[in-house]
Amino acid sequence: MTMASAAAPLVELRNISISFGGIRAVDNVSVDLFPGEVVGLLGHNGAGKSTLIKCLSGAYHPDAGEIWINGKKVAINNPRDARAFNIETIYQTLALADNLDAASNLFLGRELVSSFGFVDDAGMEAETRKILARLNPNFRKFKEPVSALSGGQRQSVAIARAVYFNAKILIMDEPTAALGPHETQMVGELIQELKRQGLGIFLIDHDIHQVKQMCDRAAVMKNGQLVGIVKVADVTEDDLLGMIILGKKPAHLAG
Amino acid sequence: MTDTAQSRSAEKPRRSILDTMEIDSRLMGMLGVLVLISLAFQIWTGIRALDTFSWNPFAWLVNGKFLSTQNTYNLAIQTVSIAIMATGMVFIIVTRNIDLAVGSLLALCSGVMAMMQTEILPHWLGLGLGSPLIMPIAVICGMFTGMVIGAFQGWLVGYQGIPSFVVTLGGLLVWSKVAYEIVGGQTIGPLDPTFLMLGGTNGTIGSTASWVLGAVVAVLTVWGIWASRRSKAGHGFQVKPAWAEVFLSLVSVGMIMGIVAQINAYLIPPARLQKMFTERGETMPEGYTQAFGLPISVILLAVVALVMTVVANKTRFGRYVFATGGNPDAAALSGIDTKWLTVKVFALMGVLTAISAAVASARLTNHSLDIGTLDELRVIAAAVIGGTALAGGFGTIYGAVLGALIMQSLQSGMGMVNVDAPYQNIVVGVVLVLAVWLDIVYRKRAGKK
Ligand SMILES: Nc1ncnc2c1ncn2[C@@H]1O[C@H](COP(=O)(O)OP(=O)(O)O)[C@@H](O)[C@H]1O
Ligand SMILES: [Mg+2]
Repeated sequence: MTMASAAAPLVELRNISISFGGIRAVDNVSVDLFPGEVVGLLGHNGAGKSTLIKCLSGAYHPDAGEIWINGKKVAINNPRDARAFNIETIYQTLALADNLDAASNLFLGRELVSSFGFVDDAGMEAETRKILARLNPNFRKFKEPVSALSGGQRQSVAIARAVYFNAKILIMDEPTAALGPHETQMVGELIQELKRQGLGIFLIDHDIHQVKQMCDRAAVMKNGQLVGIVKVADVTEDDLLGMIILGKKPAHLAG
Repeated sequence: MTDTAQSRSAEKPRRSILDTMEIDSRLMGMLGVLVLISLAFQIWTGIRALDTFSWNPFAWLVNGKFLSTQNTYNLAIQTVSIAIMATGMVFIIVTRNIDLAVGSLLALCSGVMAMMQTEILPHWLGLGLGSPLIMPIAVICGMFTGMVIGAFQGWLVGYQGIPSFVVTLGGLLVWSKVAYEIVGGQTIGPLDPTFLMLGGTNGTIGSTASWVLGAVVAVLTVWGIWASRRSKAGHGFQVKPAWAEVFLSLVSVGMIMGIVAQINAYLIPPARLQKMFTERGETMPEGYTQAFGLPISVILLAVVALVMTVVANKTRFGRYVFATGGNPDAAALSGIDTKWLTVKVFALMGVLTAISAAVASARLTNHSLDIGTLDELRVIAAAVIGGTALAGGFGTIYGAVLGALIMQSLQSGMGMVNVDAPYQNIVVGVVLVLAVWLDIVYRKRAGKK
């Protein structure tokens, strides 16, 4: 951490707030992320984790706050802007078009085109086969619409889409929710590999044990507010659980 | 080649012949329905044509009138207008919208084109009646009208969030009145002679050109089948067995040339032929016959269907249309501007409506006040019978064209056997509901949705 903190953070979310109707879904939250770092986002359902990262991915426009990337203030008005900053997102809902096949989903919005400007389906399928062979070697259903896939297979497609396009900043919103133990382990290995390649990763996960293993720091949210950011090495799993439930930093770190 | 590495490669699922040839079972079903309808009306008209009833099915088929060259020719011409709009309605419905205004918009575009060619261009702008410039300018003005109004409706739906059902229901009422006003509440005609070529028998290319065109299309189709095979093989994907490709090529060529043969078998009626010779100051040789050949309107439909199929399957725009229909949120999160897409889809529908308006008014040789009435229902029915899912996300262009042909066949057949109009409506209504029900059953079976 010490060597990383010398440089400007990859991402800085500063004082982000956003409301829906009367509800303050995210209330003045600031989090940063360095290259080669995994920051876990923890909190109860409805704490505002997904909403916060959707401000970074361009799905929502925050009511207040700033987004800084590589030391520069940026405007992210839509998902295309986020993609232009090499921000890739695995959404909690996966955001797949059920009626299209894996390749069409993987390249949605960024289709490979031939010289005539026609979409190159064969080329996209070939690329999809390559990346999925790495992520999920049992994946076979390349021709079917993704509605015909199992939860784990769908998740593989969403993960493949996020890592295919050379992301620098990766947002993973409960990426292992539908996966079995073996696939979950593979995603863990993938995260470690991407981290070694220097990506910054926001990881939302309910499994505290997993967060403790995979993350460098953890940011805990409650009712839209930031409880605190801690280095996972400094806390126990019980400390993290306490932060989530009580909304307070553990005594030995407070103050 | 993909299943070499894995352990469980042993059992390979057995595949049916249709699967092996990768033929869409829905396409086969629709063609089957079309054949059934044709045979039923052929037999029905055949029995009616006999002086004394006979039990000989051969006599029924031979004496039937439904599959006569004249009737199939008329059927083709009558289907064009609805079928062109149905291809656009596929995109509308796939994006989870509906367009109830196409009939009224057709009337408006037809009115604009009629006024352009009978008043504005020849008199106000002084081109003179019969100028060859009138047809293209009038059609372009009609298409522009359709595009602008379609885009406006799309803007209300996409950017203002008003449900398309409401917007286009309003459009249905508004545009028909506007159409009435701009033509001064009168039938406008006769239309420009060049313009009439878009309608049917007044614009045909003759038998020789039809054969040549058919042959060219057949060659391109076969080339397409094999080019796609080569591309797949080039990426190392599994391809169907060569016999399946050969069979498919033969069937395609047979169908294309069969259609041309049926069209070319319809001869210009002798009285009309006589008149053509007299107009040219010649005398008609004894026993002379001549075929109409393919109507320009039918060629226009083929071109529209081809272009729309390519747009649907091979362009980003088409991909986004289907993605938006399948999951609008996912499409938006993938950076697709779904609002602007809605505007484009409705504008495209407007342009296609204008093309249909040109075909429809040219076929009637004038702009009548009731043109386009109830067309929205026929167009939606054609798209839905053709397998377009009202829930969005699924639909094919060929399905919509076949749907239009099935609807027109039913109507034309019932007319031939003197079914009264109210009963015709009952049949069409039942067929529509039945088609949607079959589609739901089919999707459940296929496990697609
Ligand atoms: N699009 C939306 N419209 C209205 N309320 C929303 C919307 N998105 C999120 N919320 C609300 O914001 C709060 C935070 O939700 P969310 O970010 O999904 O929580 P988490 O991901 O931490 O479980 C919840 O109260 C939720 O109901
Ligand atoms: Mg969430």
